[in-house]
Amino acid sequence: MILDDFMTRAALAGIGTALAAAPLGCFVVWRRMAYFGDATAHAAILGVALSLAMSLPVFAGALVVALVMATAVTLISGRGYAMDTLLGVMAHSALAFGLVGVSFLGGVRIDLMAYLFGDILSVSRADLAVIWGGAALVLGLIGWRWSALLTSTLNPDLARAAGIDPKREQLVLTLALAVVVAVAIKVVGVLLITALLIIPAATVRPFATTPERMGALAALVAMASAWAGLRASYALDTPTGPTIVCVAALLFGLSTVASGLQRAR
Amino acid sequence: MTDRPLVEVSNLSVRYGDSDVLQGVDLQVAPNEIVTLVGPNGSGKSTLIGAILGGVRPSEGRVTRRPDLRIGYVPQRLVLDPTLPMTVARFLSLPRRVPRDRVHDALERAGVPGIADRQMSVLSGGQFQRALLARALLSTPDLLILDEATAGLDQPGSAAFYERIEQVRADTGCAVLMVSHDLHVVMSASDRVICLNGHVCCEGTPEVVAAAPDYRRLFGAGTRGTLALYRHDHDHTHFHDDAHTHGPGCAHHHGTERGATE
Repeated sequence: MILDDFMTRAALAGIGTALAAAPLGCFVVWRRMAYFGDATAHAAILGVALSLAMSLPVFAGALVVALVMATAVTLISGRGYAMDTLLGVMAHSALAFGLVGVSFLGGVRIDLMAYLFGDILSVSRADLAVIWGGAALVLGLIGWRWSALLTSTLNPDLARAAGIDPKREQLVLTLALAVVVAVAIKVVGVLLITALLIIPAATVRPFATTPERMGALAALVAMASAWAGLRASYALDTPTGPTIVCVAALLFGLSTVASGLQRAR
Repeated sequence: MTDRPLVEVSNLSVRYGDSDVLQGVDLQVAPNEIVTLVGPNGSGKSTLIGAILGGVRPSEGRVTRRPDLRIGYVPQRLVLDPTLPMTVARFLSLPRRVPRDRVHDALERAGVPGIADRQMSVLSGGQFQRALLARALLSTPDLLILDEATAGLDQPGSAAFYERIEQVRADTGCAVLMVSHDLHVVMSASDRVICLNGHVCCEGTPEVVAAAPDYRRLFGAGTRGTLALYRHDHDHTHFHDDAHTHGPGCAHHHGTERGATE
């Protein structure tokens, strides 16, 4: 069976995560939510610690804590707090508490790197099912709400006038973000999830004329990065998650140069 | 039934923290009429629009929209994030997909034919506002809400814009509620003017409002020249709630009735 090969499983895991992360990443970029993504991702390590302590599936724990964090931030935002300060406080506190929490659990300390930077080569069939299930959920959610999400991204009042509740759309994004974070832990780890969201979207921006095209191109770039990063890490014997992000970053560099040349002409 | 107001605001108060932005505001917009809100900066105009759209929560009173009311909204400014690619045609199809020929038709009606394939980010201020108007018209609104839609336009530009609005009203029969600083144009284009300063200072036909002492105190000597265009034909009554407060520019005294033939 083809799924017996760990490289095949890793490739499928990477591509599945990339497919869900990239279109969502476009909204993260358009709405300037990068720090929000970081906070959610960092909080997930606390979820990992809790689920290890209670012998629950890591995915479930990460999902719940990411969801709680994302919802908390959404509710607090727009109430007169300085957003970046608040997110900085919450993101790093969650990360610190998570790391301290993990240290209480004897024996799992060796695994910490796997959660911080991902461990895509150890993806099991069950992990694959979770990753592709999560990816399908996120893509379905975003596809279903696409127009409403775009309208409320442009301007909340524009959305309200058209009968769309921007708060609800924000909640949709929050939910999608939590799912992507939980899914991506195994692939790139909590510290690099935001990179997977943002870099492909930023890479394709100069070549997109509509939001739809940007989402589709970002998904292509993200999937290519995941696949090429996996091959490169195999050939160079480097950690896979960071290698995937390196490939994405190189593509971003190429795109910046190419669009610069295009404009200079 | 046809006279049922599209929007009815009754006794609306909005408080942000300790400060009252709106107090006891009553407002109705009937089908097919053009109503203009004027008032100094900070008088709560945009807050009132926000409450009508549903984004601002009233601390007292209520906003009733006619069921199934279709609103076309043209915001004061729309800042597109530079990372968001958006052609004019795509923008006009938000949130509902619109056939290509209707997009062209709407752009033509808004006075900017042929810009469908341009990026929103490269449009001039006037083109951008007209693209916003075209989008608002595509939903065949019962009520068109314009929040200082001509803020960045020069005087001929905004005059042309308001002419376009009147034409749209004539063509489609929609009502228009607009906020404007542009007193000259407002006066000629509106059926009814409401002067706002945290509360409704005065309201009526453009001539009546232009002549009202409250209005003159709010807008001062700078507008006298324009106001002189209007006859002082005072035949409206004007009641005040004694509990209201005034902004610094609003120094009127409370009479029982104001504006009766002088």
